Amino acid sequence: MPDLQKPAKQSLADRIATSAVWRSVFRHGYADTPRNRVLQVSANVWLHLHPSKVRRHGIRYRHTWCAGGLTFLLYLVTVVTGVILMFYYRPTQEFAYYDIKYLDFDIPFGILMRNMHRWAAHGMIIFIWLHMFRVFMTGSYKPPREFNWVVGVNLLVLTMLMSFTGYLLPWDQLAIWAVTVGTNMARATPLIGHEGPFGPELGMSPRYDIRALLLGGSIVGPPALMRFYVLHCIAIPIVVSILMILHFWRVRKDGGISGPL
Amino acid sequence: MADLQEGGSGENIWSRRNVLGLGGWLGIIGALNAGGAALVAMLFPRVLFEPPTAFKVGPPSTFNVGEVSERFMKDYRVWIVREDSGFYALSGICTHLGCTPRWLGPENKFKCPCHGSGFRRDGTNFEGPAPRPLERVKIVRADDGQILIDKAVKFRKELGEWTKPGSYLKFSGNA
Repeated sequence: MPDLQKPAKQSLADRIATSAVWRSVFRHGYADTPRNRVLQVSANVWLHLHPSKVRRHGIRYRHTWCAGGLTFLLYLVTVVTGVILMFYYRPTQEFAYYDIKYLDFDIPFGILMRNMHRWAAHGMIIFIWLHMFRVFMTGSYKPPREFNWVVGVNLLVLTMLMSFTGYLLPWDQLAIWAVTVGTNMARATPLIGHEGPFGPELGMSPRYDIRALLLGGSIVGPPALMRFYVLHCIAIPIVVSILMILHFWRVRKDGGISGPL
Repeated sequence: MADLQEGGSGENIWSRRNVLGLGGWLGIIGALNAGGAALVAMLFPRVLFEPPTAFKVGPPSTFNVGEVSERFMKDYRVWIVREDSGFYALSGICTHLGCTPRWLGPENKFKCPCHGSGFRRDGTNFEGPAPRPLERVKIVRADDGQILIDKAVKFRKELGEWTKPGSYLKFSGNA
């Protein structure tokens, strides 16, 4: 109802719409014209994930180290090997540990798939840091690319969450105790952890807080294994994939790979 | 939003489209919120299949004076210590980040394998990163004479709770 709003009452919306944060996400307004509607289809992210042209400096290894591209390649490796591992792995107390043993010792190339999955995951983290370092050193986080840096930081956090949730799945002593330690830190989350600042005042308890939500109970048991499995294989990869699409699309829309200094 | 008192000119009255549009959006937002709340509620089961917090460990005579009993560690994660004057029960959860320490008899201490925290026989921390002593849990005599442990009731030394009733079971007989 924009035509009905008075200027004085628009000020908050205006202030939000003209703020630096809003402008970094939506660089300009949208004029609802027939031409723009056609463009919305033809310039659609799904149709245009791959750039129609790249600048010469964009493919210089010494400028980009190809770190972002290698991160994506390693992500694809974890997806493919992970799906193969899912053929054999059952995320239950009775089977999880023995399915890993089975994969390691009785499945042809099972140990190879498992190790590829693991090393690709480690490599992803390493290349994300290299990518961030390169982007920082070339100043590529500066406007108009500051929103894409934010998307990238979210991808970093989600990638580490994928590593963390995957760490529990072998269901061995290392996994259980590492996740015990990791989720015990969640007790101290402000507001939503039962040992965090203002947590008890807001009614958090060991039975009902963010840690119990993560674990599906108050201990690292079978419900936690199932939750981590679903987060690891379904929930986080979907979010990561969507953010990656946005990330790559914004690289192009924000002016391509930044030029050399 | 629009000022209804100034109506009449047609300029400031909400049109049918405005009202229905607002109603539609409120409905969508309400449905999403209800769905989100339902999802959060669904992540907290009403019943958990976890070991019970209260359990009996047998009569006092089954424990030796001066012994740190590990018999109930595997199932319940609790040590039961008997002294000349009575019993106390220590929770087997490291106060650093929740691993299970080990009882090292010859060294007379509990030692956590994760980050090296050490606790004396009474549970007091003395080395490593643990910020506070091991927690004691409720230990009482049940009606049938057995020792009853309740892990849901905890006693923390740094809060002065180790002197509270239930944190220590006085016993010197042999019954």
